[in-house]
Amino acid sequence: MFPIVQAQFLAPDVKRFVIEAPRIAKAYRAGQFVILRVYDKGERVPLTISEADAAAGTIAIIVQGVGKTTKLLNTLEAGQSILDVVGPLGRPSEIKSYGTVVVIGGGVGTAIAYPTAVAMKKAGNRVVTILGARTKGLLILEEQLRSTSDELFVMTDDGSYGEKGLVTRKLAELVDGGAAIGLVLAIGPIPMMRAVAEATRPRTIHTMVSLNPIMVDGTGMCGGCRVMAGGKSQFACVDGPEFDAHEVDFGLLMQRNAMYREREKQELAEFEAQQQHATMCAEIGGACKVENQQR
Amino acid sequence: MPEQPPETRGGNFKEVNLGLEAHAAQAEAQRCLTCASGACTHGCPVGVKVREFVDLVLAGEYLAAAKKIREDNVLPAITGRVCPQEDQCEGACVMGRKAAPLAIGYLERFVADWEREHGQVGLPTIPPPTGKKIAIVGSGPAALSCAGDLVQRGHAVTVFEALHEIGGVLIYGIPEFRLPKDIVREEVENLAKMGVKFETNVVVGKTVTLDALMQEEGYHAVFVATGAGLPQFMNIPGENLNGVYSANEFLTRVNLLRAYDAGFDQPVFDCRGKDVVVVGGGNVAMDAVRTALRLGAKNARLVYRRSEEEMPARKEEVHHAKDEGVQFMMLTNPTAFLGDEKGWLQKVRCVRMELGEADASGRRSPKPVPGSEFEVEAAMAIVAVGTTANPLVQQTTPDLRTRKGGYIEAEPETLRTSKRGVFAGGDIVTGAATVILAMGAGRKAAAGIDAYLQSGAW
Ligand SMILES: Cc1cc2nc3c(=O)[nH]c(=O)nc-3n(C[C@H](O)[C@H](O)[C@H](O)COP(=O)(O)OP(=O)(O)OC[C@H]3O[C@@H](n4cnc5c(N)ncnc54)[C@H](O)[C@@H]3O)c2cc1C
Ligand SMILES: Cc1cc2nc3c(=O)[nH]c(=O)nc-3n(C[C@H](O)[C@H](O)[C@H](O)COP(=O)(O)OP(=O)(O)OC[C@H]3O[C@@H](n4cnc5c(N)ncnc54)[C@H](O)[C@@H]3O)c2cc1C
Ligand code: SF4
Ligand code: SF4
Ligand code: FES
Repeated sequence: MFPIVQAQFLAPDVKRFVIEAPRIAKAYRAGQFVILRVYDKGERVPLTISEADAAAGTIAIIVQGVGKTTKLLNTLEAGQSILDVVGPLGRPSEIKSYGTVVVIGGGVGTAIAYPTAVAMKKAGNRVVTILGARTKGLLILEEQLRSTSDELFVMTDDGSYGEKGLVTRKLAELVDGGAAIGLVLAIGPIPMMRAVAEATRPRTIHTMVSLNPIMVDGTGMCGGCRVMAGGKSQFACVDGPEFDAHEVDFGLLMQRNAMYREREKQELAEFEAQQQHATMCAEIGGACKVENQQR
Repeated sequence: MPEQPPETRGGNFKEVNLGLEAHAAQAEAQRCLTCASGACTHGCPVGVKVREFVDLVLAGEYLAAAKKIREDNVLPAITGRVCPQEDQCEGACVMGRKAAPLAIGYLERFVADWEREHGQVGLPTIPPPTGKKIAIVGSGPAALSCAGDLVQRGHAVTVFEALHEIGGVLIYGIPEFRLPKDIVREEVENLAKMGVKFETNVVVGKTVTLDALMQEEGYHAVFVATGAGLPQFMNIPGENLNGVYSANEFLTRVNLLRAYDAGFDQPVFDCRGKDVVVVGGGNVAMDAVRTALRLGAKNARLVYRRSEEEMPARKEEVHHAKDEGVQFMMLTNPTAFLGDEKGWLQKVRCVRMELGEADASGRRSPKPVPGSEFEVEAAMAIVAVGTTANPLVQQTTPDLRTRKGGYIEAEPETLRTSKRGVFAGGDIVTGAATVILAMGAGRKAAAGIDAYLQSGAW
């Protein structure tokens, strides 16, 4: 059991948790993730460690509710606990001096990029951050990233905040402006990462992306997380999750992530119907017989 | 051995073999010739005293029989079910020359189940603490048997397991219909009652290093029993199509995460009414194909590159698979997985094989027959062509010497590794083998560790 010490929403459906996990907090390095299971019939899902406090024995994760497991997780509050948390898994980000590092975060990818941005800054790099979101209300970690970045740009699809447009437009401006860039780190939806890879490829700017294939064990034991990178099959949980963007087969990743779409949709619909029922039941003081999934 | 009829068992995950009744066990025990040679005992990797326990069965002293087995084998309810008896005890039984060998596995299982069902598993008394702490990495049969022996010598034992449940392959690999998980859980509970501590969700090499366990957490010795759990693929085209699984992933989803039970969240490919192809000829392939059948596959086919005779799987599993309707495609090897435009598997391209000259190991090696390629329909394919060493401990413990393939080097008798205080055994030393060999290694390691802790000499 891993007790939750803090839980608060950062944006609609995006929640940050601080969890007691002393062994993980001590071993953690930026870029690594955990796999957790919320309850005894739950599935195992990977989530990036966004901060760790070795002295307090805690780690933080930021979760976007996209399906049953993440939405169920986001109903938990401080004082409750998570059944299983294992980590830190994956290779840490390669933190060294690159000169200027451009960090691009799209949607919840911002949460995944954040710890690496902090580590890059600490290592003496000039950090330029580009954040992308559909609309202002979905933006997360802006303040935290502003304080670790030398420059920060916000791009929104609807122009409700920052500049209107895609993150790749801002990246192109920086590149065309002649900025010497040692590394681009892009984390977000697959189409965004692919667009960034295409933008930096002609100029051979070293570009890394963090991939999010479906995982089970996270220790190299199942091969479910395999991706094509550099012309060969690699296991993202042990060989990644970060890969050289110019070597990744993004089409394959997208295809494999669709493997359980029907089942996922159905589980989400059932879960939401159940949640709605429970809420209404509570409102009218009914005798709710729906099994409470949170133990 | 009474079985669930094939028509019903193909649709459920309950155990296939139903176990012997006492009278049937008696009748079988009577067949034993009580030979002086002890051929059966020599055939057993841990030297179970077969003749003596069978005598006790005949006398109706089932609990004493169980105790006799436990002198050499601490997990009889498990080995009675999963040992490849035909290559071991039963293969050596002298009756086998003229008739059916004594059904030693069934008798072993009968005795162990009797003991469990009568709630009288005699837990040994634990001596006063020695003050020594031992860490065991992994929780498969090697780890569990080592833990059992060490607590009985008064040492404090903690088992660290990467997954969320204890038992190794016994939990995530071998399916419920062959080895009910309650049996494994009971064995684990017995160990816990004897004082063994279990910490799940700890990946040694990631969560904590082996050196940290010894230097910072004060463990006096470590036993590494991490198994050979890494899946091998065939490196043929189309292996990343949707619907192509490693046997490890498929079995983990179904066994550890109960994907077969709608009440659990973990999804698995919905193979109801579909064609499934499993590649391989060992126990793993057999478990995968029979599992696919139980999940509703219309056609469950087993593709193996040698002939049935060479299949390394237990004979009984081959027999059960056939009864259940698994289709055997022997002397066949896949050359490519073919998919549709959206990346879903549709067919497996195969080539026929023929057996050539015997190689150095004495096995005749299969060769493709030119021009014999053909295609088989498949919405799902499961690759079960072998596994390799789990590398995470070795990667972060540079002074732990390994041999080819990343397996850990250990002295055969003491199971000492190149690193002071560290022992290793089971599949991580031998490569993929058997439950009973892993268990034997665990016991050897316990003796080796105890000797080291007493003498302090390396
Ligand atoms: C290394 C890594 C780090 C990640 N870090 C974060 C993070 O910090 N914050 C965050 O909100 N999300 C993160 N994710 C994504 C997160 O794991 C998925 O959103 C989550 O598993 C979805 O589960 P679900 O049951 O809620 O949704 P589902 O209904 O199962 O699926 C919704 C979507 O998530 C994908 N998905 C489903 N199961 C998995 C799985 N086991 N592994 C990966 N993807 C899956 C599906 O392809 C689908 O697109 C990370 C993924 C990886 C691989
Ligand atoms: C599907 C299948 C069917 C089989 N059928 C039979 C059969 O019928 N009869 C038979 O005799 N044998 C059978 N075998 C083989 C037998 O199960 C193995 O030989 C035996 O389990 C090996 O035991 P072990 O203790 O060495 O390791 P395992 O049982 O492999 O256990 C190793 C454990 O270590 C854990 N681990 C790995 N790395 C780490 C780490 N870094 N930190 C912490 N924990 C870690 C793993 O998660 C695992 O739980 C089968 C195997 C499979 C896969
Ligand atoms: S442990 Fe296995 S090989 Fe030994 S007697 Fe029992 S069934 Fe036979
Ligand atoms: S070899 Fe066979 S017949 Fe002889 S004692 Fe052993 S089990 Fe009995
Ligand atoms: S998640 Fe199983 S090998 Fe990566």
